[in-house]
Amino acid sequence: MSDMALLIWARGTGFQLALGIFLLGMVLRAFEIFSLGRKPDLSEARESTPGSGWRTVWSRSIPHASTWQRTPATIVLGYVFHLGFFITLALFIPHIQIARSTLGISWPGLPTPLVDATALISIVALIGVIVHRLRDPVRRFLSVFEDYFTVALTLLPLLTGYLAFHHQLLPYTLMLAVHILSVELLLVFMPFTKLAHFATLFAARWYSGDLAAHKGVAS
Amino acid sequence: MSASFERGYNVLKEMIDAPIASYLSSCVRCGMCASACLFFTETGNPKYTPIHKIEPLRKVWRREYTLIGKLASWLGLAKPLTNEDLANWQELLYDSCTLCGRCSMVCPVGNDIAYMVRKSREGMAISGHAPAGVVAATQRTIEIGSPMGVRLPAVKVQIKHLEQETGLEVPLDKEGAEYMVLLSSMEIINFPEYLSAIARIFHQAGKSWTICSEAFEATNSGIQIGVGDLAREILMRIVDGAEKLKVRTVISPECGHAFTALRWDGPNLIGRPYAFKVQHILEVLDELRIAGKLKTEGFEEARLTYHDPCQIARRGGVVEQPRNLLKMVAKDFVEMSDAGAMNWCCGGGGGVSANTDADEIRLKAFKRKKAQLDELGPVTLVTACANCRIVMEEGLEQYQMDVPVVGLTETIAAHLALSPQITPPLPNPLPLAGEGTIALSPSGRELAGEQPGEREKP
Ligand code: SF4
Ligand code: SF4
Repeated sequence: MSDMALLIWARGTGFQLALGIFLLGMVLRAFEIFSLGRKPDLSEARESTPGSGWRTVWSRSIPHASTWQRTPATIVLGYVFHLGFFITLALFIPHIQIARSTLGISWPGLPTPLVDATALISIVALIGVIVHRLRDPVRRFLSVFEDYFTVALTLLPLLTGYLAFHHQLLPYTLMLAVHILSVELLLVFMPFTKLAHFATLFAARWYSGDLAAHKGVAS
Repeated sequence: MSASFERGYNVLKEMIDAPIASYLSSCVRCGMCASACLFFTETGNPKYTPIHKIEPLRKVWRREYTLIGKLASWLGLAKPLTNEDLANWQELLYDSCTLCGRCSMVCPVGNDIAYMVRKSREGMAISGHAPAGVVAATQRTIEIGSPMGVRLPAVKVQIKHLEQETGLEVPLDKEGAEYMVLLSSMEIINFPEYLSAIARIFHQAGKSWTICSEAFEATNSGIQIGVGDLAREILMRIVDGAEKLKVRTVISPECGHAFTALRWDGPNLIGRPYAFKVQHILEVLDELRIAGKLKTEGFEEARLTYHDPCQIARRGGVVEQPRNLLKMVAKDFVEMSDAGAMNWCCGGGGGVSANTDADEIRLKAFKRKKAQLDELGPVTLVTACANCRIVMEEGLEQYQMDVPVVGLTETIAAHLALSPQITPPLPNPLPLAGEGTIALSPSGRELAGEQPGEREKP
């Protein structure tokens, strides 16, 4: 298969397959969670409450001051790579052009050199995540194969995209094909690994917030 | 597979609901919950990471409720949960978790880990992996009516003594009273000043109240150990008593887990809402204050700080009331770092203080409270949970710290503006740091049959 043929497959059939698995997987995941249901809480709710499920969905993005002091590396690395990943994904002009040509929607992007730098920062942060996982006693203790595997899955699209953009390592067409395939790999594994947290955390935060709001406590 | 393990496994399976499935799907193993748990911060041992404590529950969830887990176990790639796992996790689910809920506040994906620990304990208890101390306390509650084995005559002795001392009536089984007061065993045995404070406060406020002879004890160790059936039986006594006496409000005493059991778990355990309201004593006192029915005079000389009991503040929503009340009598009130919803646990909640296996780690975990107190300098520690109080007294003694510990209700009562009907003597003002802990009234010691300087544990 020529580089071009691989690229065409990755853009066409490969992408459709990956997207299909991703969507089906997420529906399955949602079913696995919500089909379990929960019992109604018969205790009398407090009238005044500092929170709600929806409020907690957002407020959990901001760590408490004392958490900052105790785990600064986890917070900074986590923030930087998440933000960097999303900026690179959503505000890189070639990505927006793909959205325009396939979905017919578009939005303003960031100047390419800025996204380029962001991608590099995210790559460094993700490598930092791996190092932190290996070195910090708590994180090393908790980590299983899936943790390293999912960081690698997240790192690959960033790395291959960066290399393709800079015409490094492999011929451009091949690198671009590898880049797209790495995105597809990420999509395929997303619903079945902890990467699903990108969606399920909204449910988790909502339930926590709702339990807390019922009791009139902060969350 | 033994029968008891199978039962435990099935209970764990039943416990998993949509919130738990969303939590377990979302955990990214970032370890941030560890930094919130005093059992980790004070030992540095990663095995005390909160999310690790519920590993048995996670295993059951993956195998039973996820496609990937089913596939993995079918292919022999995932180890099933074993009875040995449960035995190994007893230490993590009971000795080193007070259900304080601090971890649930910091998890970035929003996991309520304490909720999952509480649910895990149901499976642990059924499969025979609950600590003996808590099991025995629950047994005593079922058989005698109180986890510390306190019977009605002991309460009656205390009531008689109190009536003689204050000249006030303590109404027993009065139908139609506005408030039904519950006690914790700890208060009956170690802190009789609580009941005396209640009598004087309600007298001043002109409120009708009563104690139910069939349900005077609020502590629910069924909840702590994690046996729903026993918890329900313990609770039903209170519900029956309150509904028979047709009281409007049942007051949970200065005890955190009793409040959680009664206020939040109770209606769900019995499967219906109550015909009465449940309030913590601090909520009642603050309402009286707002209505102008709680009048105090004079101020404490000592510098005061307040320890938020986890189940009352973080998990119970009573945070402002104790501060409002303390401001009535404190000239110099200081907050500990992390006070309020993020306060650190005393280390002995959730059945930990009743569990002798946990003695060592509990005292280690107390170093967190010690650090909070050390930051403040000389201070008197006020709290609103008899269990926190006894646990902290022990910790303070262990680390040779000179910090008196007192209950909030009695602190307020010591400053009640005198109404002419009340006959003195009233209790002495609080001791200053350096003057030692507050003395037990003689009646308390007689009741407990204890030697000075020694207090009972549940
Ligand atoms: S803080 Fe939350 S996401 Fe992180 S390890 Fe603990 S439970 Fe998992
Ligand atoms: S509830 Fe409290 S004691 Fe238990 S794991 Fe969480 S932080 Fe630790």
